[in-house]
Amino acid sequence: MGALTVLLQLVRRTAVFAVSLVVASVVVFAFMTVLPGDPARVALGINATEEAVAATRAAFGTDRPLVVQYLDWVSGLPSGDFGRSYVTEVDIGPQIIDRLLVTTWLVLSGMAVALLVALPLGVLAAVRHRRPSGTLISAFSQVGVAVPSFLAGILLVTVFAVRLGWLPSGGWTPPAQDPVAFLSMLVLPALALGLVQGAVLTRYVRSAVLDVLREDYLRTARSKGLTPGRALVRHGLRNAAVPVVTVLGLQLSTLLIGAVVVERVFVIPGLGSLLLDGVANRDLLLVQGVVIVLVLAVLVVNFLVDVAYTVLDPRLRRAA
Amino acid sequence: MPRSFLRPAAAVLAAALLAAGCSAGSTASSGGAPGAPDAPLRIGLTAEPANLDFTRTDGAAIPEALLVNVYEGLVQLNQQTGDIEPALAETWTVSPDGLVYDFTLREGVTFSNGEAFTADDVKFSIERVQSDAWTVSLADGMGVVAAVEVVSPTQARVTLSQPSNSWLHRMTTRIGAMFDPSGVADLANTPIGTGPYTVSEFRRGDALVLTARDDYWGEPPAIDEVVLQYFDDATAATNALLTDGIDVIGTVQAPESLARFEGDDRFQIIEGTTNGEVTLAMNNAFGPTSDPRVRRAIAMAIDHQAVLDTAWAGRGALIDTMVPPTDPWYQPLPDVTPYDPAAARALLAEAGTPTLSLRFRVANLPYAVASAQVVQSQLAAIGIETQIEPLEFPARWLEEVFTNADYDLSIVAHVEPRDIRTFGDPDYYWRYESAEVQELLAASETGTEEQQVAALQRVGRLIAEDAAADWLFLLPNLIVADADVRGLPQNRIGEALDLTALSRG
Repeated sequence: MGALTVLLQLVRRTAVFAVSLVVASVVVFAFMTVLPGDPARVALGINATEEAVAATRAAFGTDRPLVVQYLDWVSGLPSGDFGRSYVTEVDIGPQIIDRLLVTTWLVLSGMAVALLVALPLGVLAAVRHRRPSGTLISAFSQVGVAVPSFLAGILLVTVFAVRLGWLPSGGWTPPAQDPVAFLSMLVLPALALGLVQGAVLTRYVRSAVLDVLREDYLRTARSKGLTPGRALVRHGLRNAAVPVVTVLGLQLSTLLIGAVVVERVFVIPGLGSLLLDGVANRDLLLVQGVVIVLVLAVLVVNFLVDVAYTVLDPRLRRAA
Repeated sequence: MPRSFLRPAAAVLAAALLAAGCSAGSTASSGGAPGAPDAPLRIGLTAEPANLDFTRTDGAAIPEALLVNVYEGLVQLNQQTGDIEPALAETWTVSPDGLVYDFTLREGVTFSNGEAFTADDVKFSIERVQSDAWTVSLADGMGVVAAVEVVSPTQARVTLSQPSNSWLHRMTTRIGAMFDPSGVADLANTPIGTGPYTVSEFRRGDALVLTARDDYWGEPPAIDEVVLQYFDDATAATNALLTDGIDVIGTVQAPESLARFEGDDRFQIIEGTTNGEVTLAMNNAFGPTSDPRVRRAIAMAIDHQAVLDTAWAGRGALIDTMVPPTDPWYQPLPDVTPYDPAAARALLAEAGTPTLSLRFRVANLPYAVASAQVVQSQLAAIGIETQIEPLEFPARWLEEVFTNADYDLSIVAHVEPRDIRTFGDPDYYWRYESAEVQELLAASETGTEEQQVAALQRVGRLIAEDAAADWLFLLPNLIVADADVRGLPQNRIGEALDLTALSRG
């Protein structure tokens, strides 16, 4: 009985996942075709003759019927074949993976910073919500929410790179090549991304913990003799985690978008700069590939959040 | 208990970290200690090339990096004087009728793939420009060539179908680059030329690394490794120079940032001229601007110094027609359309359009949008209302303004050398048609140098008198560099950024 429910759920989720991907691929492709600007003309630039433009269109394959172009593109995707960019003449798949790894570092380190900031501060702000220190934390998070990450990035560079000279102002070195340089280049972008997200998250952690503090089971735990702190740790945090994980999942998507901007400020060759270059060059295949990978990433995150729910909340395991 | 909910998250994190750590990636940043004698010279530039094939992809970025440095032509441009100098051709002669060019080639020259450079490569390269292999419009410059003959391995003879005063100059641009028949299979990623450098690494989204060849025919360059680091963001480039992330900003995109380097003896600032005319295009064929009086009124309503001050921090030069000061036919024409709002208003009244509303469709580039805002307020003062619409450059601007000429006013910088010729093409987006200009441009191709200069000066004056466009200002060559970098070009008049002259110390 239980196993069947789980199986049914799995089948349903997988079906939703697959349909979402197919729909996304159609939408992404459709968006690219209505994007104004002809890739051939962009490649040939100023003064191009109509014959040259037509020849380049044929070479790019953008003169074929849209359905053919779509099927040609989408048929390669299941096997990880994103095609070959007609602008850079390089296979797109490996390029996306290279850049995705860079962006993954950014997003995860940003998330780590956000959690390191938000968990202790949020809990503290909730526990001390009637005291000045709690109010101070709430005020800090209010300000943090209002600061966009690119501005945080520019400020961090101005202070820590240009004025103090402690850290590089930008650039990227893969960890395998030079771990020290890698870390020194990761610190500021991670802070730029993470501090802002941390401020947002602090508010959610605070309100989630506040809600839990008012629950009956916490009062019961305390009446059994646990100190307020122990009661919160043993019985409260796990319950507070459910809404926080939801927000965390949403924030991962926000972090991806934030990374696009932060990559620009810090000259980091991640997915964001690949996407922007692709759009500027009208490298449609590349843009389609990047966007579909981003869609996939968001779907995977949502899936993981679902899984996290069932782990956190036993009640969800039984409800189908 | 908290441990159990952390476990899946930790597993995901670990998997991702592991995946990231396992791949070396291809996007390393510059290694080596900066300042060391053999450290690479790191030059910050804008706009990374989409690929490395300038035969099929237009734009300034590819020849900027590769011409002269990786590819060489028979002749090259002297960056200081603008004179044409020998490169792969040691000498050349031109027949009295201007039709036959005999080139004597340098011996002992090899391509970076080891092949020898001979007259066969000259024939191959020139004929390739004429074939379908080249799709960029500059290839038209080779249309005047009727035949290429291999006289001997070191003698090549080029016969033109008609005399052309501009052909040899065009041979200093990318179309004159010499290729090896076995080296053109993957131009987008693997350029093979006779130049002193080869492309050792192209880290997309980051940098292009050029390494000096040890089998170069000429004087080896002083710098062994040059890293061309690409910045989308002008502030990021400024910060990189301030924090020793790079050594040179090759093209300053935020002139107001120069204030941070002035008076600091760690840095030097170089200011010269380029070919980049920031041009206010006016539709000569359609709409209110097809009336020359309206165009003249617009030209006279604009205070060009104010535009330059606002858009480019006052750096750059004012020009009166489509000719930069480095061209032989440069002439100041201050009296053709002087700044005179009262006269401009009178011209508008005379044209029967005392008030006007124009579509101002500009490239969405910082200098263009900033210029457009100043022009907008100056035109408002004489009763012309404009709606600024920034168009994404290049994609949308090329389609709407350049190809369809669907605009009244537009702004973009024209960086091609000697682009005064565009006024002879009635299909060009100016949509300017003047039989006299077309005849003069044709005449400038034949005859002596003096006759060429006289004809082109006349063209320059005619298009200014017609206000076929308005020239807001000339983009400056602005370079900021560490104080010890030598050999940076004062002016940028060709397509190349010549790295061979650079040194440190």
